[in-house]
Amino acid sequence: MSTPSNGMLVELDHVTKHFPVKQGVFSRSRGRVHAVENVTLTVRRGETLGIVGESGCGKSTTARLMTRLIDPTAGTIRFEGRDITKLSQRGMRPLRREMQMIFQDPYASLNPRKTVEQIVGQPFAIHGGLSSREAKARVKELLEVVGLSREHSSRYPHEFSGGQRQRIGIARALALNPKLIVCDEPVSALDVSVQAQILNLLRSLQDEFDLTYVFISHDLSVVRQICTRIAVMYLGRIVELADSEEIFEHPRHPYTAMLISAVPRLSADGGRRKRIVVSGDVPSPVDPPSGCVFHPRCPRFHAGQCDVTEPPLEQASSEDSSHVAACYFPVQRWPVDEQELRSVSAGPRDSAAA
Amino acid sequence: MTEVVLDVRGLSVVFPTLDGEVKAVSDLSYILHRGETLGIVGESGSGKSVSSLALMGLLNKERAHITGRAQLGGRDLLSLPDDEMRGVRGKDIAMIFQDPFACLHPMHRVGDQIAEAVTAHKKVSKSIAEARAVELLGEVGIPNAKERAKDYPHQFSGGMRQRAMIAMALVHNPSVLIADEPTTALDVTVQAQILELIERVKREFDIGVILITHDLGVIAETANTVLVMYAGRAMEFGPAQELFAAPQNPYTWGLLGSMPTVERKLDELVAIEGTPPSLVYMPSGCAFHPRCSYAFDKCTTALPDLRTVPGGHADRCHLTPEQKREALNSIREVASR
Repeated sequence: MSTPSNGMLVELDHVTKHFPVKQGVFSRSRGRVHAVENVTLTVRRGETLGIVGESGCGKSTTARLMTRLIDPTAGTIRFEGRDITKLSQRGMRPLRREMQMIFQDPYASLNPRKTVEQIVGQPFAIHGGLSSREAKARVKELLEVVGLSREHSSRYPHEFSGGQRQRIGIARALALNPKLIVCDEPVSALDVSVQAQILNLLRSLQDEFDLTYVFISHDLSVVRQICTRIAVMYLGRIVELADSEEIFEHPRHPYTAMLISAVPRLSADGGRRKRIVVSGDVPSPVDPPSGCVFHPRCPRFHAGQCDVTEPPLEQASSEDSSHVAACYFPVQRWPVDEQELRSVSAGPRDSAAA
Repeated sequence: MTEVVLDVRGLSVVFPTLDGEVKAVSDLSYILHRGETLGIVGESGSGKSVSSLALMGLLNKERAHITGRAQLGGRDLLSLPDDEMRGVRGKDIAMIFQDPFACLHPMHRVGDQIAEAVTAHKKVSKSIAEARAVELLGEVGIPNAKERAKDYPHQFSGGMRQRAMIAMALVHNPSVLIADEPTTALDVTVQAQILELIERVKREFDIGVILITHDLGVIAETANTVLVMYAGRAMEFGPAQELFAAPQNPYTWGLLGSMPTVERKLDELVAIEGTPPSLVYMPSGCAFHPRCSYAFDKCTTALPDLRTVPGGHADRCHLTPEQKREALNSIREVASR
């Protein structure tokens, strides 16, 4: 077993998660949703790892596997070097205080019948260690840390705006001094002005409390502002993984390139931009395409190769060894227009790394 | 520009409640031309959706006090009796919504629902209506339209459902299409497809489009004219290029500053402090003053007029042009650092 000091907080090792599809009166299994397929991913201490992709790509399932809220079908999950794949619920309990979550919908994730004090103080009640007076004082401190006031502790969630509720959720996540916070679309439901407040808060809390974030989002603009490393997922697989700036400046996988291109942007001159439009929809994860799962939508598709064998996740940049992508014909230059993206003149991937 | 298709003057919507009057929209005016996309942008509660629902006659008139005028093809939409409005809605002015799944009946075939929209305003046989439905589904980019018309909504993906909604909106070739957050529920690659489709449909059917969204990026890429709303009022209104090149209103600056961009990593997002005001207890003077870092005495007492500013667009703010220029320059300086 590796030591906790190797800088890796969470390690997913060839993790797969399938969900059975049940139908009919006898709930017979009619197939499986391949939610996460053979994902190997590490979360380093102190980083903000972004997981991006479209709905149904497996990003939330991956986060749930990391925190062992669901059990993997195959593979190994390690937390601080310790194998937690097979730990029982009871065995997981001491680890739960180390890993907390912030959810997307601040209206659904707070119990409407409880006061803020009860909500934020709940972790102390479960994990113990504090008298109720100490817990109350600590709740008030936490509220100030996240930018609310001490007087808010006796109020109920409905008295708060969306942004304030998200702050309550953050206070609750911070209560037990966790090492890892998984943020699942934490700003997607908020207005843009409030979204910026929450992003700035998450950033400053990270410095203050030495936090490691796993940040799940479909919004690439948000991800670029807050993440240090980014994993792009498509249909349950990681298709590209690199440092944040590297991936935005030199995307290699055509899917990443098209995702970045599809984001509406405020060009300084207000001029129109020719974006690359991906045709079609994400295929069903019950019956994923053969070979590279992106091939039916890919502009660089090569019959006979892309639809036959799945490309491995390999080094995709000669300058940056940590930049990996799963593509036989990676994008060579960025930004490109659609025509150039479609022209696959260079041979297989070796030319990119050469 | 070309022909004016919609002329809204002094639109106000007030909902009386037990807590007091909710002033959802106050004195809103704009003009929409044929072939133009007007982007209405604002945060939740800014009145961007309510103003459009009022135009569509979709607000309960017993619960909402609607005043003002909205000329569409020689008629005032706001004073039409219900039965006449029924002849206009879906025919001359159509609307699509954020959640296309909620707008389609789950137990009827998609093609039948579009055919029903055809027969709603036109006496035609069922087979002609069905053929028109298939034709429109093909028009909005649904492959195998003839077969897919027989599908139920749940067999469609989110993007296809929104395409079907657009097809339904186009049935009677309306002069105005209102799209209320049409891509907010969709993935970014599908969003790009739908935005392109709306753009194409606008050109081919020669209609005026009102695009309501909270995403300034979507506005910057698709709109010809922009209307920025806050707390029920127009804060800034003008041609998109000018408005983005030289925004005049502190609220617009705030929105632009707080928006993360995919183009580069910013050192810090400049958030607008606080939250949008309650529409019952509206702040005095300019509704934005409690959150505005440029506010001074006058802003707390007097509501600024919507004035034309140099550059040709309109803005609602007490700051002098010199003060604005200075403020904008210092914002840009910080941003470029």
